[in-house]
Amino acid sequence: MYQANGKDINQLKEIAKQLRLDILQITTEAGSGHPSSSFSSVEICTALYFGGILRFDPKNPDWPERDRFIMSKGHAAPLLYPVLARAGYFPLDMIHKLRQVDSPVQGHPIYGLMPGVEATSGSLGQGLSLGVGHILGGRINDKDYRVYVLMGDGECQAGQVWEAAMSAAHFKTDKLTAIIDYNKYQEMGPLSREMAIEPLVEKWKAFGWHVIEIDGHDIPSILQAFEDAKQVSGKPQVIIANTIKGKGVSFVEADYTFHGRALTENQAILAREEILCG
Amino acid sequence: MRLGELAGLKPSVPMRDIFGDAILKVATENPKVVVLDGDLANSTKADTVRKAFPDRFFNIGIAESNLVGIGAGLAGCGLIPWITSFSSFLLCNAYDQIRLAVAMSKINAKILGSHGGITLGKDGPTQMGIEDFALVGGLPTMVMLVPSDPGTMHAAVKAATDYVGPVWLRSSRVAMPYIYEEGNVPFVIGKANKVREGKDITIIANGIMVSAGLDAAVILAREGIQARVLDFHTLRPMDTEAIISAARETGAIVCAEEHLLTGGMGSNVARVVASNIPVPMRFVGLADTYVESGDPNELLIKYHLTSEDIIAAGRAAFAEKQKKG
Repeated sequence: MYQANGKDINQLKEIAKQLRLDILQITTEAGSGHPSSSFSSVEICTALYFGGILRFDPKNPDWPERDRFIMSKGHAAPLLYPVLARAGYFPLDMIHKLRQVDSPVQGHPIYGLMPGVEATSGSLGQGLSLGVGHILGGRINDKDYRVYVLMGDGECQAGQVWEAAMSAAHFKTDKLTAIIDYNKYQEMGPLSREMAIEPLVEKWKAFGWHVIEIDGHDIPSILQAFEDAKQVSGKPQVIIANTIKGKGVSFVEADYTFHGRALTENQAILAREEILCG
Repeated sequence: MRLGELAGLKPSVPMRDIFGDAILKVATENPKVVVLDGDLANSTKADTVRKAFPDRFFNIGIAESNLVGIGAGLAGCGLIPWITSFSSFLLCNAYDQIRLAVAMSKINAKILGSHGGITLGKDGPTQMGIEDFALVGGLPTMVMLVPSDPGTMHAAVKAATDYVGPVWLRSSRVAMPYIYEEGNVPFVIGKANKVREGKDITIIANGIMVSAGLDAAVILAREGIQARVLDFHTLRPMDTEAIISAARETGAIVCAEEHLLTGGMGSNVARVVASNIPVPMRFVGLADTYVESGDPNELLIKYHLTSEDIIAAGRAAFAEKQKKG
């Protein structure tokens, strides 16, 4: 079994930096994609895959005992592919085929095309239900794994999320951890203006979940939150990770309209400098 | 007159009860089978599994999107989920989830769309599944099965469970008579069954309309029109060979289905006929309308889904064929 033991925070920060550069490069190469939504989840995925949280074996992607990571916010595909490549699931050069014809590296992840991709996503709101299914399946198969589902904040507007939340509490899925990348923006603008999801902590608590709130870019806090979540029994846990959309590139952070568009080549040069210095 | 009486078919119990027996049988034989319910298992009869194998039965409640998603997760664990509810609720509430998590993901999940057609009767049009062929038609990776009698229901549930990939199965509240001899039911996914031979026209039917087609063939024979009847139990993959043979060998085709004509079986058969060997065709099915509450037999008559309607269509198709001669 492969398990990254590198809990050295500086090392994890370097991985996060590299992932941001990957996202930047492949979305700019593709001329489209969702760089800012990918940037905001970088530290969460870094902690999971490279901070020793997730149990996985890239040589055996269907290993029945593996922990599951479900990327429910499918538009963060430009983050997911580099994470999986750097975790060893497939060669890194694959990520440059993003959004190209005759490539399995689809604009949004499709189950079955790339090793390590646990779910088709891109229509938002669906991933948490799959996570509940994996927990119930683990019980039937007598496997002791955990399931992590990364969701966007705008996604919490979808009714299915709350159907899944209700069922997760009903089935006492204490091996299920949801993470909400709470970057406060959706495609059309700030959630507070477009469709408010607050009070978010109270909503999840009311649905019977254990709620942990953290800074979603602070790697030690993220690692601690995952460890704390593991200690909870009888309840699913949600980590509300306060993040910044576009994190790592100042002019992307300042402009939510980067949601669904790539940086130009000139912008990418500036962004690259910032990421390298950051 | 009772459905199938003219054709000498023995009556049976409602198809949903047969499904209840069939799903229990596959769950007993295969420990990977898991049944998921949208709080309708005593209507779909999937509750047979709840009683026998409570650890492999989950009521997800009245939340079809979550129902389908949880099913997809179970399939991702190597289990064989049977996702069960009314076809109208599954397709109309959870089409997006079926599209992404099941069809596009090509997972090994089975979906039972119960209460297909209008023959659930008195509960009315909100519950009727009259658009399932069209909507499942929009899911290109999904096998679609429509049993026509107790034997094909058992065979279809078994075949769906054994097949690796997404399958949709229609069930019904109504009883359909025995078409096949028990213990001798031919059922291969994608291969239509010839249940009556004939040289003058072919009746291509599925579900309850197969029995109606066999009744119609008896009357047409008295008039000198020998009708072949095909039980078209699989809508995808289509048995194009059986359609082309029917067109070539009988020269006229009537399609009959308990479904909207728009986007239904007939429109798909017509595409195959038109592209390969155009012959006169007629269609029995629902016009663009929602049906109403009522006794199933009265509804079948009012909405033109009886053997009489197939007979009229058969005469017309045959007459056109003769005229073209």
